[in-house]
Amino acid sequence: MNDHAHESHDHHHEESFVSKYIFSLDHKMIGKQFLIFGLIMFMVGGGLAMLFRWQLAWPDKPLPIIGVSKAYQEEGEVTTAADRKWEERFDDDKETWLETNMPSGVIDPAFFNSLFTMHATIMVFFVVVPLLVGAFGNFLIPLMIGTRDMAFPVLNMLSFWSNILGTIIMMAGFFVPSGHAAAGWTGYAPLSSVPELSGVDWGQNLWCISLIVMGISSLMGSINYITTIINMRAPGMTWFRLPLAIWALFIVAILLLLAFPVVASALALILFDRMAGTSFFAAAGGGEPLLWQHLFWFFAHPEVYILILPGMGMASEMLPVFARKPIFGYKSMVFAMIAIAFLSWIVWGHHMFQSGMNPALGLSFMTTTMLIAVPSAIKTFNWLGTLHRASIRFTVPMLNVLAFISMFVIGGLSGIFMANAPVDIYIHDTYFIVAHIHYVVFGGSVFAIFGGIFYWFPKMYGRHMNATLGKIHFWISFLAFNGVFFPMHILGVGGHMRRIANPMQYEFLQQMQPISAQPINVFITVCAFILGVAQFLLLINVFWSIFRGKVAEQNPWQATTLEWHAPTPVPHGNFDAIPHVYHGPYEYSVPDAEADWIPQTQPNGESEHGEGEPVPAGATAD
Amino acid sequence: MKWLNFPAWLPENVSTFGQGVDNLFILIYWITAIVFVAVMAVLIVFIIKYRFQEGRKAEYIEGSTTLEIVWTAATTVIVFGLAMLSLPQWNDIKFPSKFPGNPGAVVQVNGKQFNWDMTYPGPDGEWGTDDDLQLENQLHVPVNEVVHIRLTADDVIHSFFVPQLRLKQDALPGRFINMWFEATKPGTYEIPCAELCGFGHSGMLGYLTVHTAEDYEAWKNERWTE
Ligand code: HEM
Ligand SMILES: [Cu+2]
Ligand SMILES: [Cu+2]
Repeated sequence: MNDHAHESHDHHHEESFVSKYIFSLDHKMIGKQFLIFGLIMFMVGGGLAMLFRWQLAWPDKPLPIIGVSKAYQEEGEVTTAADRKWEERFDDDKETWLETNMPSGVIDPAFFNSLFTMHATIMVFFVVVPLLVGAFGNFLIPLMIGTRDMAFPVLNMLSFWSNILGTIIMMAGFFVPSGHAAAGWTGYAPLSSVPELSGVDWGQNLWCISLIVMGISSLMGSINYITTIINMRAPGMTWFRLPLAIWALFIVAILLLLAFPVVASALALILFDRMAGTSFFAAAGGGEPLLWQHLFWFFAHPEVYILILPGMGMASEMLPVFARKPIFGYKSMVFAMIAIAFLSWIVWGHHMFQSGMNPALGLSFMTTTMLIAVPSAIKTFNWLGTLHRASIRFTVPMLNVLAFISMFVIGGLSGIFMANAPVDIYIHDTYFIVAHIHYVVFGGSVFAIFGGIFYWFPKMYGRHMNATLGKIHFWISFLAFNGVFFPMHILGVGGHMRRIANPMQYEFLQQMQPISAQPINVFITVCAFILGVAQFLLLINVFWSIFRGKVAEQNPWQATTLEWHAPTPVPHGNFDAIPHVYHGPYEYSVPDAEADWIPQTQPNGESEHGEGEPVPAGATAD
Repeated sequence: MKWLNFPAWLPENVSTFGQGVDNLFILIYWITAIVFVAVMAVLIVFIIKYRFQEGRKAEYIEGSTTLEIVWTAATTVIVFGLAMLSLPQWNDIKFPSKFPGNPGAVVQVNGKQFNWDMTYPGPDGEWGTDDDLQLENQLHVPVNEVVHIRLTADDVIHSFFVPQLRLKQDALPGRFINMWFEATKPGTYEIPCAELCGFGHSGMLGYLTVHTAEDYEAWKNERWTE
């Protein structure tokens, strides 16, 4: 494998546009492809959320601009251009996409279900995983372990392009007759497995097929990551000199490898039920609806940790750099992640406390779920410990990391409520859960992604992003994020169910004490619009900086890890010579050292070369 | 402040076991609130106190085994304590073997797109006979008496939810799940469906009417003899 990498390094042949930018085999280019892809899908997923937030704040009111006027809705009086347009649409014979999904500009309840289903599906499988695992995993792994590329570059390219194939299949679902999948991102059977019960036909089929393709893409990535990290570490890069981001990605790759086959088989069973007349999940044919939930959550609970572990790892990279201090408790950070990975296989039942599963099982799942809060707490305390007696630089990445830590704390703590089976009786399937999800995944992972993009951008593109714009984006996002998701806890405590298109159909929500759910939903929606619009600042910053950003030096943050040892822009093959590793990844402010950081590549002792032989990769010496 | 005081937003509780659930909620609320405030206080003090200042260097601290042990142990004790404390509540509410006997009413509730069908066994106390009483979206029960419910669904999964009773249970096609409650206050309460069940999920709504003993007798006399 090393030989192959050498080869491609030595022959500096000119590459065509197609082999350089499209079917690239270079891990850095593939990482960047995933980055751009993920950012675009982030806007798509966000756009869907804007639509259903409108409906939740102002149920059954026509959308602005494309919707009809009040006068037309109530009296049929044509007053605006949109009214006229709708008049025409209703008059002709064919039923257009808009007429089916948003008649008069009002979101149809069936379309509402597709909207939140696809919002979550896109955010989980097409945004957070591609960004964390696809973009950062690809870009960082070879650079941070000191090698020239991934073990299997072709597999890597295929992983990206099967991801695009999966995306095309998923997006096609919006345009098939009878609409896109509408059974929630959790796709509970038999709603998802019997077409007559949901009225959704090919939408749900495409949903299943696309997720299987996406899973294959992840599988190819994870095999690559595992092989690369085990076999291709630079000399001296022992396991306990690995940066925490690499540890996190390594663990995540293993989780993906083991979790995906389970959900792939479950999705295949749904397809059989839908298309081949089997009845795995429908009780009427002797099937078992809970089987789907067990299979799905056995996959999806590890999946939610796949969504956070790389974020934790990336935060643990940025924190020491801007605190100028070693990470507190490096080894306990590693063991906490390993513990999370193990425990994540035995907690899935906490999603099923009220499902009709044997209540005695609920008790054991409550216990394991409580246990998984322990390593999460350990990580939080270690991040706090890292700040103790530090020298903190409030750069854009650091602001995002501090947000990550504090938002993750809220998400972890709300998890305790839900892990408690009797309390979960009441808050299960309410907005309390929605708040929890978003504090961990948006507040956690997405803020880590924001920070990570800014932090590694200079290495990716050889230019800096704009710091002022970065700070504006951060502060608006941070405040609006809390404006959107904190009040959702309160709605949940008031009993507000999730996945309902019109909360005002319920007395108890109208009469919610001390404030009705209605104005709270309006407040949330207004904050959501601000949050959504603010993401354009990120997009502008990224795309503008790719071409116009301030040119970056090789190591602008004075960081110790190997990616900063590579030249900027990073050439094909990454390093001039494979680096030797002499230190752990977080040697900041070492007493008696001249600078406040010691790169992993700096030999021990006086002389530049010689002495302090590096330990070969794979050796256990620390 | 009321935005931060979660328990204040709980709807009125009208079931015998609801108070136990609320107490656990309030306990967890206070534990997590204290942890949150403490963590944020430490974080804020650190980022102010240890912000970059000319001439001061960060200290090289790699960790502390003592601290790791302390916070691992402390968290473990707290979360296990919570799990133990919640055992009795869970047992009382969900274990059929622990249900109190002598129900004042026994009803079958059947979720179907997009209604709740209630079936009373009628005077003979048996389902499937001529005197069964079937009602759509109307559940009538006596106050201060145990009610037994046999929950099932016709088509997809639904979830029987009465916020004021602190009771939620998914209804599964092909299965009968038993549950119970005892309401402590007469009145009418909504029974939303809490599990996504299709395009009509939003608005799938039944009503629970809790009668005083006399009213319930009167209702029974009027409806059961029809
Ligand atoms: C302290 C650790 C955590 C605990 C104790 C915990 C506990 C729980 C429980 C009990 C539920 C199910 C609640 C219900 O449906 O009634 C849940 C849901 C969920 N959790 Fe966590 N959680 C923790 C951390 C995380 C993390 C780190 C993530 C992801 C990054 C996460 C993502 C989710 C998601 C996405 C759901 C909702 C799935 C759905 O129904 O759509 N959680 N959590
Ligand atoms: Cu889970
Ligand atoms: Cu429903």
